Amino acid sequence: MSASVARTDASSAPGVAAAVEARKFSFWYGEKQALFDIELSIPSNGITALIGPSGCGKSTFLRSVNRMNETLTDIRREGDMLLHGKDIYGSGVDVVDLRSRVGMVFQRSNPFPKSIYANTAYGPRINRGLRGRALDEVVEVSLRRAALWDEVKDRLGTNALGLSGGQQQRLCIARALANEPEVLLLDEPASALDPVATQRIEELLFELKSQLTIVIVTHNLQQAGRLSDRTAFFYLGRLVEVGPTDVMFTRPREERTEAYITGRFG
Amino acid sequence: MSRRRRQAQSVMMISMTYAAAAIATLPLLLILLHLLREGAAFIRPGFFTEMPMPVGEDGGGMANAIVGTLILVGVASVIGLPIGIGAGMYLAERRGAPFATAVRFLSDVLNGLPSIVLGIFAWEFLVRPFGGFSAMAGGLALGAMMIPLVTRTTEEMIRLVPVSLREAALALGYTRWRTSMTIVLRTALPGIVTGALVAIARIAGETAPLLFTALGNQFWSTSLDEPIAALPLQIFSYAISPYDTAHAQAWAGALVLIAIVLVISLIARYATRSRFGLGGD
Repeated sequence: MSASVARTDASSAPGVAAAVEARKFSFWYGEKQALFDIELSIPSNGITALIGPSGCGKSTFLRSVNRMNETLTDIRREGDMLLHGKDIYGSGVDVVDLRSRVGMVFQRSNPFPKSIYANTAYGPRINRGLRGRALDEVVEVSLRRAALWDEVKDRLGTNALGLSGGQQQRLCIARALANEPEVLLLDEPASALDPVATQRIEELLFELKSQLTIVIVTHNLQQAGRLSDRTAFFYLGRLVEVGPTDVMFTRPREERTEAYITGRFG
Repeated sequence: MSRRRRQAQSVMMISMTYAAAAIATLPLLLILLHLLREGAAFIRPGFFTEMPMPVGEDGGGMANAIVGTLILVGVASVIGLPIGIGAGMYLAERRGAPFATAVRFLSDVLNGLPSIVLGIFAWEFLVRPFGGFSAMAGGLALGAMMIPLVTRTTEEMIRLVPVSLREAALALGYTRWRTSMTIVLRTALPGIVTGALVAIARIAGETAPLLFTALGNQFWSTSLDEPIAALPLQIFSYAISPYDTAHAQAWAGALVLIAIVLVISLIARYATRSRFGLGGD
């Protein structure tokens, strides 16, 4: 059922480049199956929101795209996950390389207990071996892209833990951007932030979406509605429906989608 | 009435915990006071620079024992710290693995092992086969004592590092070992340093493992393959001698030993506080 929905979706038609594509992707934590035959194609650039009640598998799906799930033990998967047409679980794929191409921002901001500069420079210093001026430049560009530069440019050497919660989260976005990723995954990035800080993050993502494929997991339906171009609704480990956000929010095909979006369950 | 009674109970319980806390520090205070009274008079510059006099004669110092203790602690640290920290990292990273569980259990056992047993063991395997007592054997015995202490504190400290930090580094494309070495170890470092210094303070005062290994030495020696003097050994041999001057020397030596341990503890405190670590924001 979910498969047929995904197939009729216009953007997964042949010829349109998908940044991320799941093909009959299933995932297990031990005995418990968390994802069932997910068929989902995420087009390049723009923002795709993954919504659904807690435990529906949306975070598991997100963490399968950069193989972060592999840090756990006793997991199993089936099916394929393609990044620009290439299987990320293929034998020749270096997970370290994959993760520098697919950035991730977590629910709680997690800057390293180091300076703002060191946090931002972390990826490019190791992954691309940048030093000196070149590194300074990447740090500045990344902080500017994350709309944080003006607030921190005079105190790059101070500890990142001294920043406010919203600033810390934008620093985490800057840190991910410094790797120049093709895809940016965000796992409820604003759920621990106040409305003002949340709005800044949303504006920032809106700015970034023209150059970057953004996939965001959110419990905040208004956020999904405001922010995303496309929305995918997960329920009990299955992809129920995916489509353009305005369609999903006004006239979804599936009754369960409508029920969730109108707040009747979830 | 019941409200009054509850308050009275509360006051009583709080006073009891205060009393317990005061009694807990009492032994240390009494020891320090006694050491100061008995030993302080003998602490003079010469005590740190002069060699010990033959037992029964006045004067002399403990220069060789002080240097000997530093050498022994140095050898023990070179052995104990890298192995202990490495093992602690392993235990923290591979929490549930059968080998990790076994190592954790065995290091707890080793932690609880009476140090005299360790000394006899060291004599059997480090002294007898090599034909004599040596500073090296003493340092190794102390190092073996350090390993489980350092292992367990390192593991605890690394476990305190939030998973989110580890995930952040992995998500940036860091390999597992680089994540461990840079982010995890760096974040846990103040705690690990404290654990290491506490372990050093602990072994600096050990006597039993040295009785069968370093043996002690009345003369100046800094050689690793000769018997070497150590403060605890010197204190021991003076304390069991029948002369009052020797007893006074022992008190003074004990005072110096406690001062060394105190300084190490203070450094440990400072090392933890001066860096941004876990917990605080």
